[in-house]
Amino acid sequence: MTVPRSAFDLAAAVRSGETGALDVLGTYLAAIDAGDGEINAFNLVTREAAREAAIAVDHKVAAGEDPGLLAGVPVALKDNMCTRGVPTTCSSRILDGWRPPYDATVVTRLREAGAVVVGKTNMDEFAMGSSTENSAFGPTRNPNDTSRVPGGSSGGSAAAVAAGFAPVALGSDTGGSIRQPAALCGVVGMKPTYGTVSRYGLVAFASSLDQIGPFATTVADAALVFEVIGGHDPADSTCLDRPAPRVLSVLDEGIQGMTVGVLTEFLDGVDADVVARTRQAADACAAAGARVEEISVPEVRLGLSAYYLIAPAEASSNLARYDGVRFGLRVDAEDTTAMNTATRSAGFGAEVKRRIMLGTYALSAGYKDAYYDQALRVRTKIIDAFDRAYRRCDVLLGPTAPSTAFSIGAKSSDPMSMYLSDVCTIPSNLAGHPAISIPFGTGDDGLPIGVQLLAPALAENTLLRAAAVIEAAANSMEGREG
Amino acid sequence: MASAPRLTRDDVAHVAALARLHLTEEELDLFTGQLAEVLDHAADVAQLDLADVPPTAHAMAVTNVLRPDTVTPTLDRDEVLAAAPSVEDHRFRVPRILGEAP
Repeated sequence: MTVPRSAFDLAAAVRSGETGALDVLGTYLAAIDAGDGEINAFNLVTREAAREAAIAVDHKVAAGEDPGLLAGVPVALKDNMCTRGVPTTCSSRILDGWRPPYDATVVTRLREAGAVVVGKTNMDEFAMGSSTENSAFGPTRNPNDTSRVPGGSSGGSAAAVAAGFAPVALGSDTGGSIRQPAALCGVVGMKPTYGTVSRYGLVAFASSLDQIGPFATTVADAALVFEVIGGHDPADSTCLDRPAPRVLSVLDEGIQGMTVGVLTEFLDGVDADVVARTRQAADACAAAGARVEEISVPEVRLGLSAYYLIAPAEASSNLARYDGVRFGLRVDAEDTTAMNTATRSAGFGAEVKRRIMLGTYALSAGYKDAYYDQALRVRTKIIDAFDRAYRRCDVLLGPTAPSTAFSIGAKSSDPMSMYLSDVCTIPSNLAGHPAISIPFGTGDDGLPIGVQLLAPALAENTLLRAAAVIEAAANSMEGREG
Repeated sequence: MASAPRLTRDDVAHVAALARLHLTEEELDLFTGQLAEVLDHAADVAQLDLADVPPTAHAMAVTNVLRPDTVTPTLDRDEVLAAAPSVEDHRFRVPRILGEAP
Protein backbone atom coordinates (compact mmCIF):
# COMPACT_ATOMS: atom_id res chain seq x y z
CA MET A 1 0.00 0.00 0.00
CA THR A 2 1.31 3.47 -0.77
CA VAL A 3 0.83 6.01 1.93
CA PRO A 4 0.80 9.68 0.92
CA ARG A 5 3.98 11.58 1.87
CA SER A 6 2.34 14.85 2.96
CA ALA A 7 0.33 15.28 6.14
CA PHE A 8 -2.30 17.07 4.11
CA ASP A 9 -2.93 14.17 1.72
CA LEU A 10 -2.55 11.65 4.48
CA ALA A 11 -5.21 13.26 6.66
CA ALA A 12 -7.51 13.55 3.65
CA ALA A 13 -7.08 9.84 2.87
CA VAL A 14 -7.76 8.85 6.49
CA ARG A 15 -10.73 11.20 6.83
CA SER A 16 -12.35 9.82 3.68
CA GLY A 17 -11.82 6.24 4.85
CA GLU A 18 -9.60 5.49 1.85
CA THR A 19 -6.66 4.65 4.16
CA GLY A 20 -6.72 3.43 7.76
CA ALA A 21 -4.81 5.33 10.44
CA LEU A 22 -3.44 2.04 11.74
CA ASP A 23 -2.07 1.16 8.29
CA VAL A 24 -0.45 4.58 8.04
CA LEU A 25 1.14 4.11 11.44
CA GLY A 26 2.42 0.67 10.45
CA THR A 27 4.18 2.14 7.42
CA TYR A 28 5.95 4.80 9.51
CA LEU A 29 6.86 2.44 12.36
CA ALA A 30 8.41 0.10 9.77
CA ALA A 31 10.48 3.02 8.45
CA ILE A 32 11.61 3.84 11.99
CA ASP A 33 12.50 0.20 12.67
CA ALA A 34 14.48 -0.03 9.46
CA GLY A 35 16.33 3.27 9.73
CA ASP A 36 16.54 4.75 13.20
CA GLY A 37 19.22 2.40 14.44
CA GLU A 38 21.59 4.41 12.26
CA ILE A 39 20.00 7.89 12.50
CA ASN A 40 19.13 7.95 16.25
CA ALA A 41 16.36 10.52 15.73
CA PHE A 42 14.25 9.12 18.57
CA ASN A 43 14.90 8.93 22.29
CA LEU A 44 11.70 6.90 22.60
CA VAL A 45 9.21 5.38 20.14
CA THR A 46 5.75 5.25 21.73
CA ARG A 47 4.58 2.25 19.75
CA GLU A 48 1.65 1.03 21.87
CA ALA A 49 0.19 4.45 22.66
CA ALA A 50 0.43 5.28 18.96
CA ARG A 51 -1.44 2.11 18.04
CA GLU A 52 -4.22 2.99 20.48
CA ALA A 53 -4.45 6.52 19.10
CA ALA A 54 -4.59 5.26 15.50
CA ILE A 55 -7.30 2.73 16.36
CA ALA A 56 -9.33 5.51 18.01
CA VAL A 57 -9.08 7.58 14.82
CA ASP A 58 -10.20 4.62 12.70
CA HIS A 59 -13.17 4.08 15.03
CA LYS A 60 -14.20 7.72 14.66
CA VAL A 61 -14.05 7.50 10.88
CA ALA A 62 -16.09 4.28 10.94
CA ALA A 63 -18.67 5.92 13.22
CA GLY A 64 -18.99 8.93 10.92
CA GLU A 65 -17.49 11.34 13.49
CA ASP A 66 -15.04 14.09 12.53
CA PRO A 67 -11.59 12.63 13.31
CA GLY A 68 -9.85 16.04 13.10
CA LEU A 69 -7.62 18.02 10.75
CA LEU A 70 -4.60 15.77 11.35
CA ALA A 71 -6.51 12.48 11.40
CA GLY A 72 -4.06 9.61 11.49
CA VAL A 73 -1.01 11.80 10.84
CA PRO A 74 2.06 10.46 12.69
CA VAL A 75 3.91 13.22 14.49
CA ALA A 76 7.26 13.22 16.30
CA LEU A 77 7.75 15.45 19.36
CA LYS A 78 10.98 17.01 20.49
CA ASP A 79 11.78 15.49 23.87
CA ASN A 80 11.35 18.79 25.73
CA MET A 81 7.54 18.71 25.35
CA CYS A 82 5.74 17.12 28.28
CA THR A 83 3.76 13.95 27.61
CA ARG A 84 1.72 12.63 30.52
CA GLY A 85 3.13 9.39 31.88
CA VAL A 86 5.66 9.17 29.04
CA PRO A 87 9.35 9.92 29.71
CA THR A 88 10.42 13.48 28.81
CA THR A 89 14.18 13.82 29.13
CA CYS A 90 15.39 16.96 27.28
CA SER A 91 18.23 14.52 26.36
CA SER A 92 19.62 15.13 29.84
CA ARG A 93 20.70 12.68 32.52
CA ILE A 94 19.09 14.98 35.08
CA LEU A 95 15.60 14.16 33.71
CA ASP A 96 16.27 10.56 32.69
CA GLY A 97 13.23 8.51 33.66
CA TRP A 98 11.01 11.49 34.54
CA ARG A 99 7.38 11.00 33.58
CA PRO A 100 5.49 14.33 33.50
CA PRO A 101 2.10 14.43 35.24
CA TYR A 102 0.57 16.45 32.38
CA ASP A 103 0.57 16.99 28.60
CA ALA A 104 1.93 20.15 26.99
CA THR A 105 -0.86 22.20 25.38
CA VAL A 106 0.56 21.52 21.90
CA VAL A 107 0.37 17.79 22.60
CA THR A 108 -3.26 18.06 23.71
CA ARG A 109 -4.11 20.04 20.57
CA LEU A 110 -2.37 17.53 18.29
CA ARG A 111 -4.23 14.64 19.93
CA GLU A 112 -7.57 16.46 19.65
CA ALA A 113 -6.90 16.97 15.94
CA GLY A 114 -6.42 13.22 15.46
CA ALA A 115 -2.62 13.23 15.17
CA VAL A 116 -0.78 10.11 16.31
CA VAL A 117 2.31 10.76 18.45
CA VAL A 118 4.96 8.23 17.40
CA GLY A 119 7.74 9.23 19.78
CA LYS A 120 10.06 11.71 21.44
CA THR A 121 13.02 12.98 19.46
CA ASN A 122 16.64 13.56 20.35
CA MET A 123 17.96 17.08 20.91
CA ASP A 124 20.85 19.02 22.31
CA GLU A 125 20.54 18.83 26.10
CA PHE A 126 17.90 21.37 27.23
CA ALA A 127 17.94 22.71 23.62
CA MET A 128 21.43 24.15 24.07
CA GLY A 129 23.37 23.46 20.92
CA SER A 130 23.33 23.55 17.13
CA SER A 131 24.23 19.98 16.20
CA THR A 132 22.32 17.50 18.45
CA GLU A 133 25.70 16.24 19.65
CA ASN A 134 25.13 17.54 23.22
CA SER A 135 22.77 14.66 24.04
CA ALA A 136 23.04 12.19 26.91
CA PHE A 137 21.77 9.60 24.41
CA GLY A 138 24.38 10.07 21.67
CA PRO A 139 24.27 12.23 18.55
CA THR A 140 21.59 12.14 15.85
CA ARG A 141 22.93 11.67 12.32
CA ASN A 142 21.87 13.60 9.23
CA PRO A 143 19.80 11.31 6.95
CA ASN A 144 21.36 12.97 3.87
CA ASP A 145 24.88 11.96 4.98
CA THR A 146 25.28 10.06 8.23
CA SER A 147 28.79 11.41 8.82
CA ARG A 148 27.22 14.88 9.25
CA VAL A 149 25.21 16.49 12.02
CA PRO A 150 21.49 17.20 11.50
CA GLY A 151 21.85 20.63 13.08
CA GLY A 152 20.19 21.48 16.36
CA SER A 153 18.94 21.74 18.83
CA SER A 154 15.80 20.07 17.36
CA GLY A 155 17.99 17.75 15.25
CA GLY A 156 16.00 14.61 16.06
CA SER A 157 12.74 16.13 14.84
CA ALA A 158 14.37 17.47 11.65
CA ALA A 159 16.05 14.13 10.95
CA ALA A 160 12.82 12.21 11.64
CA VAL A 161 10.96 14.20 8.96
CA ALA A 162 13.89 14.10 6.51
CA ALA A 163 14.24 10.31 6.93
CA GLY A 164 10.51 9.68 6.45
CA PHE A 165 9.99 8.50 10.06
CA ALA A 166 7.11 10.99 10.43
CA PRO A 167 5.49 13.38 7.96
CA VAL A 168 5.57 16.22 10.51
CA ALA A 169 7.26 16.95 13.82
CA LEU A 170 7.40 19.65 16.46
CA GLY A 171 10.53 21.45 17.57
CA SER A 172 11.33 24.47 19.69
CA ASP A 173 13.30 27.48 18.48
CA THR A 174 15.14 29.72 20.95
CA GLY A 175 17.92 30.94 18.66
CA GLY A 176 17.28 28.96 15.47
CA SER A 177 16.73 25.45 16.84
CA ILE A 178 13.93 24.69 14.36
CA ARG A 179 15.16 26.60 11.30
CA GLN A 180 18.85 25.64 11.32
CA PRO A 181 18.27 21.85 11.55
CA ALA A 182 15.48 22.16 8.96
CA ALA A 183 18.00 23.77 6.60
CA LEU A 184 20.70 21.18 7.28
CA CYS A 185 18.30 18.25 6.83
CA GLY A 186 16.42 19.62 3.80
CA VAL A 187 12.95 20.09 5.30
CA VAL A 188 10.66 23.04 6.08
CA GLY A 189 10.94 24.49 9.60
CA MET A 190 8.95 27.40 10.97
CA LYS A 191 9.30 29.56 14.07
CA PRO A 192 6.01 31.40 14.63
CA THR A 193 5.66 34.80 16.29
CA TYR A 194 6.44 34.66 20.02
CA GLY A 195 3.19 34.06 21.87
CA THR A 196 1.17 32.52 19.04
CA VAL A 197 1.82 28.95 20.24
CA SER A 198 1.46 28.03 23.90
CA ARG A 199 4.63 27.14 25.80
CA TYR A 200 2.68 25.36 28.57
CA GLY A 201 4.46 22.03 29.03
CA LEU A 202 7.52 23.05 27.02
CA VAL A 203 10.52 22.63 29.31
CA ALA A 204 11.87 26.17 29.64
CA PHE A 205 15.29 27.18 28.30
CA ALA A 206 15.08 30.95 27.72
CA SER A 207 11.48 31.93 28.32
CA SER A 208 11.44 35.24 26.44
CA LEU A 209 12.82 33.53 23.30
CA ASP A 210 11.49 29.94 23.28
CA GLN A 211 8.79 29.18 20.71
CA ILE A 212 7.33 25.89 19.45
CA GLY A 213 6.87 25.33 15.73
CA PRO A 214 6.51 22.67 13.03
CA PHE A 215 8.84 20.66 10.80
CA ALA A 216 7.30 19.34 7.57
CA THR A 217 8.16 18.34 4.03
CA THR A 218 5.97 21.10 2.56
CA VAL A 219 5.04 24.67 3.45
CA ALA A 220 1.35 23.68 3.41
CA ASP A 221 1.96 20.95 6.00
CA ALA A 222 3.83 23.39 8.24
CA ALA A 223 0.90 25.82 7.91
CA LEU A 224 -1.58 23.05 8.75
CA VAL A 225 0.28 22.07 11.92
CA PHE A 226 0.63 25.74 12.90
CA GLU A 227 -3.16 26.15 12.63
CA VAL A 228 -3.69 23.12 14.88
CA ILE A 229 -1.19 24.05 17.62
CA GLY A 230 -1.63 27.85 17.56
CA GLY A 231 -4.03 30.08 19.43
CA HIS A 232 -4.59 31.42 22.91
CA ASP A 233 -3.98 29.24 25.96
CA PRO A 234 -4.89 30.51 29.43
CA ALA A 235 -2.24 28.16 30.87
CA ASP A 236 0.58 30.26 29.33
CA SER A 237 0.40 33.87 30.48
CA THR A 238 2.73 34.97 27.64
CA CYS A 239 0.47 33.41 25.01
CA LEU A 240 -1.23 36.18 23.00
CA ASP A 241 -4.98 36.51 23.48
CA ARG A 242 -5.83 36.09 19.81
CA PRO A 243 -7.86 33.57 17.85
CA ALA A 244 -6.16 30.49 16.40
CA PRO A 245 -4.14 31.34 13.29
CA ARG A 246 -5.78 30.85 9.91
CA VAL A 247 -3.07 30.71 7.26
CA LEU A 248 -3.89 27.84 4.89
CA SER A 249 -6.33 29.85 2.82
CA VAL A 250 -3.68 32.40 1.73
CA LEU A 251 -0.91 30.03 0.64
CA ASP A 252 -1.64 30.29 -3.08
CA GLU A 253 -2.15 34.06 -3.17
CA GLY A 254 1.35 34.71 -4.52
CA ILE A 255 3.58 37.71 -3.85
CA GLN A 256 2.71 40.02 -6.75
CA GLY A 257 3.41 43.57 -5.59
CA MET A 258 5.23 42.60 -2.38
CA THR A 259 8.68 43.94 -1.60
CA VAL A 260 11.27 41.32 -0.66
CA GLY A 261 14.42 42.67 1.02
CA VAL A 262 17.61 40.64 0.68
CA LEU A 263 19.28 41.14 4.06
CA THR A 264 22.89 41.93 3.13
CA GLU A 265 24.38 41.36 6.61
CA PHE A 266 23.21 37.74 6.40
CA LEU A 267 25.34 37.20 3.27
CA ASP A 268 28.62 38.12 5.05
CA GLY A 269 30.74 35.24 6.25
CA VAL A 270 28.43 32.72 4.61
CA ASP A 271 29.67 30.00 2.19
CA ALA A 272 29.55 30.97 -1.51
CA ASP A 273 27.19 28.14 -2.48
CA VAL A 274 24.73 29.26 0.23
CA VAL A 275 24.89 32.86 -1.03
CA ALA A 276 24.30 31.66 -4.60
CA ARG A 277 21.18 29.73 -3.58
CA THR A 278 19.88 32.72 -1.61
CA ARG A 279 20.31 34.92 -4.71
CA GLN A 280 18.45 32.31 -6.79
CA ALA A 281 15.60 32.40 -4.28
CA ALA A 282 15.52 36.20 -4.59
CA ASP A 283 15.35 35.84 -8.38
CA ALA A 284 12.41 33.47 -7.95
CA CYS A 285 10.60 36.11 -5.90
CA ALA A 286 11.23 38.68 -8.64
CA ALA A 287 9.97 36.24 -11.27
CA ALA A 288 6.79 35.83 -9.20
CA GLY A 289 6.15 39.58 -9.39
CA ALA A 290 7.74 40.87 -6.18
CA ARG A 291 9.98 43.89 -6.02
CA VAL A 292 13.36 42.64 -4.80
CA GLU A 293 15.90 44.98 -3.23
CA GLU A 294 18.95 44.70 -1.04
CA ILE A 295 18.55 46.03 2.45
CA SER A 296 21.09 46.59 5.18
CA VAL A 297 20.14 46.13 8.84
CA PRO A 298 23.53 46.57 10.55
CA GLU A 299 22.10 46.04 14.06
CA VAL A 300 21.55 42.32 13.38
CA ARG A 301 25.34 41.89 13.63
CA LEU A 302 24.98 42.50 17.37
CA GLY A 303 22.41 39.72 17.69
CA LEU A 304 24.83 36.89 18.39
CA SER A 305 26.49 38.61 21.34
CA ALA A 306 23.20 39.82 22.78
CA TYR A 307 21.68 36.36 22.45
CA TYR A 308 24.60 34.60 24.13
CA LEU A 309 24.11 36.87 27.14
CA ILE A 310 20.29 36.94 27.31
CA ALA A 311 19.60 33.25 26.64
CA PRO A 312 22.17 31.95 29.19
CA ALA A 313 20.95 34.53 31.74
CA GLU A 314 17.38 33.25 31.43
CA ALA A 315 18.60 29.65 31.37
CA SER A 316 20.62 30.08 34.55
CA SER A 317 17.41 31.08 36.30
CA ASN A 318 15.14 28.49 34.63
CA LEU A 319 17.51 25.60 35.28
CA ALA A 320 17.74 26.40 38.99
CA ARG A 321 14.71 24.11 39.37
CA TYR A 322 16.89 21.02 38.78
CA ASP A 323 17.89 20.72 42.41
CA GLY A 324 17.22 17.04 43.09
CA VAL A 325 14.18 17.78 45.25
CA ARG A 326 10.95 17.38 43.29
CA PHE A 327 11.73 15.35 40.15
CA GLY A 328 14.53 13.79 38.16
CA LEU A 329 17.97 12.77 39.34
CA ARG A 330 19.16 13.06 42.94
CA VAL A 331 22.73 12.36 44.02
CA ASP A 332 22.62 12.02 47.79
CA ALA A 333 24.92 13.99 50.05
CA GLU A 334 25.14 14.92 53.74
CA ASP A 335 23.14 18.14 53.47
CA THR A 336 20.80 19.78 50.98
CA THR A 337 23.26 22.25 49.48
CA ALA A 338 25.78 19.46 48.87
CA MET A 339 22.98 17.31 47.41
CA ASN A 340 21.96 20.14 45.04
CA THR A 341 25.56 20.55 43.87
CA ALA A 342 26.25 16.82 43.50
CA THR A 343 22.99 16.33 41.57
CA ARG A 344 23.56 19.21 39.17
CA SER A 345 27.23 18.37 38.60
CA ALA A 346 26.40 14.76 37.72
CA GLY A 347 23.19 15.49 35.82
CA PHE A 348 24.13 18.33 33.46
CA GLY A 349 26.44 17.99 30.46
CA ALA A 350 29.29 20.37 29.65
CA GLU A 351 27.36 22.76 27.37
CA VAL A 352 24.54 23.20 29.88
CA LYS A 353 27.12 23.92 32.61
CA ARG A 354 28.82 26.48 30.35
CA ARG A 355 25.54 28.28 29.66
CA ILE A 356 24.47 28.28 33.30
CA MET A 357 27.80 29.78 34.29
CA LEU A 358 27.78 32.30 31.48
CA GLY A 359 24.29 33.41 32.48
CA THR A 360 25.10 33.50 36.18
CA TYR A 361 28.15 35.62 35.40
CA ALA A 362 26.20 38.00 33.10
CA LEU A 363 23.68 38.54 35.92
CA SER A 364 26.17 38.76 38.79
CA ALA A 365 26.91 41.89 40.80
CA GLY A 366 29.39 44.11 38.99
CA TYR A 367 28.81 42.59 35.54
CA LYS A 368 25.02 42.83 35.06
CA ASP A 369 25.21 46.41 33.76
CA ALA A 370 27.94 45.65 31.24
CA TYR A 371 26.49 42.40 29.97
CA TYR A 372 22.84 41.52 30.65
CA ASP A 373 21.38 45.05 30.77
CA GLN A 374 23.44 46.09 27.78
CA ALA A 375 22.20 43.06 25.81
CA LEU A 376 18.57 44.04 26.58
CA ARG A 377 19.26 47.51 25.12
CA VAL A 378 20.74 45.91 22.01
CA ARG A 379 17.54 43.89 21.77
CA THR A 380 15.61 47.17 21.52
CA LYS A 381 18.02 48.39 18.82
CA ILE A 382 17.46 45.23 16.78
CA ILE A 383 13.67 45.47 17.07
CA ASP A 384 13.74 49.15 16.02
CA ALA A 385 16.00 48.32 13.07
CA PHE A 386 13.66 45.56 11.89
CA ASP A 387 10.72 47.95 12.22
CA ARG A 388 12.51 50.41 9.90
CA ALA A 389 13.26 47.62 7.40
CA TYR A 390 9.61 46.53 7.39
CA ARG A 391 8.50 50.03 6.45
CA ARG A 392 10.15 49.32 3.10
CA CYS A 393 9.83 45.55 2.83
CA ASP A 394 7.06 43.03 3.42
CA VAL A 395 9.47 40.17 4.08
CA LEU A 396 13.23 39.78 4.41
CA LEU A 397 15.23 37.02 2.75
CA GLY A 398 18.57 35.46 3.64
CA PRO A 399 20.24 32.15 4.27
CA THR A 400 19.19 30.07 7.27
CA ALA A 401 22.66 28.79 8.17
CA PRO A 402 26.16 29.82 7.06
CA SER A 403 26.99 26.40 5.59
CA THR A 404 25.54 22.99 4.78
CA ALA A 405 25.67 20.29 7.47
CA PHE A 406 29.12 20.00 9.06
CA SER A 407 30.81 16.77 10.13
CA ILE A 408 30.05 15.16 13.47
CA GLY A 409 32.75 16.30 15.88
CA ALA A 410 33.90 19.26 13.74
CA LYS A 411 32.73 21.96 16.17
CA SER A 412 31.97 20.06 19.36
CA SER A 413 35.16 21.16 21.15
CA ASP A 414 34.87 24.83 20.14
CA PRO A 415 31.69 26.42 21.58
CA MET A 416 32.21 29.80 19.88
CA SER A 417 32.39 28.27 16.38
CA MET A 418 29.24 26.27 17.18
CA TYR A 419 27.44 29.45 18.33
CA LEU A 420 28.22 31.10 14.99
CA SER A 421 25.92 28.54 13.27
CA ASP A 422 23.01 30.56 14.69
CA VAL A 423 24.09 33.98 13.43
CA CYS A 424 21.28 34.27 10.83
CA THR A 425 18.50 32.84 12.96
CA ILE A 426 19.01 34.60 16.31
CA PRO A 427 17.71 38.09 15.36
CA SER A 428 14.15 36.80 14.81
CA ASN A 429 14.07 35.32 18.31
CA LEU A 430 15.32 38.53 19.89
CA ALA A 431 12.59 40.44 18.02
CA GLY A 432 9.88 37.81 18.63
CA HIS A 433 9.22 37.73 14.88
CA PRO A 434 8.18 34.76 12.72
CA ALA A 435 10.63 33.16 10.28
CA ILE A 436 10.77 30.02 8.17
CA SER A 437 13.45 27.92 6.50
CA ILE A 438 12.61 26.44 3.10
CA PRO A 439 14.81 23.83 1.37
CA PHE A 440 16.33 25.40 -1.74
CA GLY A 441 18.61 23.10 -3.70
CA THR A 442 21.92 21.73 -2.58
CA GLY A 443 25.46 23.01 -2.00
CA ASP A 444 28.73 22.08 -3.69
CA ASP A 445 28.86 19.00 -1.45
CA GLY A 446 25.40 17.84 -2.57
CA LEU A 447 23.85 18.55 0.84
CA PRO A 448 20.65 20.56 1.39
CA ILE A 449 20.63 24.34 1.68
CA GLY A 450 17.81 26.27 3.34
CA VAL A 451 16.81 29.84 2.63
CA GLN A 452 15.13 31.86 5.33
CA LEU A 453 12.23 34.29 5.17
CA LEU A 454 11.61 36.75 8.00
CA ALA A 455 8.45 38.79 8.60
CA PRO A 456 7.14 41.27 11.17
CA ALA A 457 5.31 40.10 14.28
CA LEU A 458 2.05 38.27 13.48
CA ALA A 459 2.63 38.47 9.71
CA GLU A 460 2.58 34.68 9.26
CA ASN A 461 0.20 35.09 6.31
CA THR A 462 2.74 37.16 4.37
CA LEU A 463 5.57 34.89 5.47
CA LEU A 464 3.85 31.71 4.29
CA ARG A 465 2.69 33.21 0.98
CA ALA A 466 6.30 34.05 0.15
CA ALA A 467 7.47 30.66 1.44
CA ALA A 468 5.05 28.91 -0.93
CA VAL A 469 6.51 30.85 -3.87
CA ILE A 470 10.07 29.89 -2.93
CA GLU A 471 9.04 26.28 -2.42
CA ALA A 472 7.48 26.15 -5.89
CA ALA A 473 10.65 27.63 -7.38
CA ALA A 474 12.79 25.07 -5.55
CA ASN A 475 10.61 22.25 -6.85
CA SER A 476 10.83 23.41 -10.46
CA MET A 477 14.59 24.00 -10.09
CA GLU A 478 14.96 20.45 -8.82
CA GLY A 479 13.13 19.25 -11.92
CA ARG A 480 15.54 21.18 -14.17
CA GLU A 481 18.72 20.26 -12.33
CA GLY A 482 17.49 16.66 -12.15
CA MET B 1 31.10 51.99 28.55
CA ALA B 2 34.46 50.49 29.48
CA SER B 3 34.87 46.80 28.83
CA ALA B 4 34.89 44.44 31.78
CA PRO B 5 38.20 42.82 32.79
CA ARG B 6 38.96 39.41 31.26
CA LEU B 7 37.36 36.45 32.98
CA THR B 8 39.68 34.62 35.38
CA ARG B 9 39.77 31.07 36.71
CA ASP B 10 38.72 32.42 40.13
CA ASP B 11 35.70 34.14 38.56
CA VAL B 12 34.63 30.82 37.03
CA ALA B 13 35.06 29.00 40.35
CA HIS B 14 32.99 31.68 42.10
CA VAL B 15 30.23 31.54 39.48
CA ALA B 16 30.17 27.72 39.60
CA ALA B 17 29.64 27.86 43.36
CA LEU B 18 26.80 30.38 42.92
CA ALA B 19 25.20 28.06 40.35
CA ARG B 20 25.61 24.98 42.61
CA LEU B 21 28.02 23.27 40.22
CA HIS B 22 31.17 21.47 41.24
CA LEU B 23 33.88 21.67 38.58
CA THR B 24 36.98 19.51 38.34
CA GLU B 25 40.38 21.23 37.91
CA GLU B 26 40.32 20.25 34.21
CA GLU B 27 36.80 21.65 33.76
CA LEU B 28 37.86 24.91 35.43
CA ASP B 29 40.77 25.30 33.00
CA LEU B 30 38.67 24.39 29.96
CA PHE B 31 35.62 26.52 30.85
CA THR B 32 37.69 29.58 31.77
CA GLY B 33 39.14 29.74 28.25
CA GLN B 34 35.84 28.96 26.54
CA LEU B 35 33.76 31.42 28.54
CA ALA B 36 36.38 34.15 28.17
CA GLU B 37 36.17 33.70 24.41
CA VAL B 38 32.39 34.16 24.43
CA LEU B 39 32.71 37.26 26.62
CA ASP B 40 35.43 38.65 24.34
CA HIS B 41 32.97 38.30 21.46
CA ALA B 42 30.37 40.09 23.60
CA ALA B 43 32.68 43.07 23.91
CA ASP B 44 30.95 44.49 20.79
CA VAL B 45 27.79 44.77 22.89
CA ALA B 46 29.45 45.71 26.20
CA GLN B 47 31.31 48.65 24.66
CA LEU B 48 28.36 50.38 22.96
CA ASP B 49 27.01 53.61 24.36
CA LEU B 50 23.34 52.76 24.80
CA ALA B 51 22.47 54.92 27.81
CA ASP B 52 19.50 56.45 25.96
CA VAL B 53 18.11 53.14 24.67
CA PRO B 54 15.46 51.47 26.85
CA PRO B 55 15.97 47.75 27.57
CA THR B 56 13.63 45.09 26.12
CA ALA B 57 13.13 42.07 28.37
CA HIS B 58 10.23 40.72 26.34
CA ALA B 59 9.56 41.35 22.64
CA MET B 60 5.79 40.74 22.78
CA ALA B 61 5.11 42.07 26.25
CA VAL B 62 1.63 41.48 27.66
CA THR B 63 0.48 42.88 30.97
CA ASN B 64 -2.20 42.14 33.55
CA VAL B 65 -3.09 38.72 32.20
CA LEU B 66 -6.23 37.56 33.99
CA ARG B 67 -8.53 34.58 33.64
CA PRO B 68 -12.06 33.92 34.84
CA ASP B 69 -12.07 32.96 38.52
CA THR B 70 -13.30 29.41 37.96
CA VAL B 71 -12.12 26.29 39.71
CA THR B 72 -10.27 23.88 37.41
CA PRO B 73 -8.58 20.58 38.28
CA THR B 74 -4.99 20.78 39.50
CA LEU B 75 -2.31 18.14 39.19
CA ASP B 76 -2.91 14.94 41.14
CA ARG B 77 -0.78 15.03 44.32
CA ASP B 78 0.17 11.35 44.25
CA GLU B 79 1.13 11.55 40.59
CA VAL B 80 3.36 14.57 41.26
CA LEU B 81 4.98 13.01 44.34
CA ALA B 82 5.58 9.76 42.43
CA ALA B 83 8.16 11.63 40.34
CA ALA B 84 10.15 12.82 43.36
CA PRO B 85 13.42 11.17 44.37
CA SER B 86 12.34 10.95 48.04
CA VAL B 87 8.96 11.46 49.72
CA GLU B 88 7.71 11.23 53.30
CA ASP B 89 4.15 11.84 54.55
CA HIS B 90 3.03 13.36 51.21
CA ARG B 91 5.95 15.80 51.25
CA PHE B 92 9.24 16.11 49.37
CA ARG B 93 12.02 14.78 51.58
CA VAL B 94 15.48 16.41 51.54
CA PRO B 95 18.69 15.85 53.49
CA ARG B 96 19.33 18.12 56.46
CA ILE B 97 19.62 21.83 55.75
CA LEU B 98 23.13 23.22 56.30
CA GLY B 99 23.78 24.45 59.84
CA GLU B 100 20.88 22.69 61.52
CA ALA B 101 21.55 20.10 64.15
CA PRO B 102 20.26 16.65 63.09
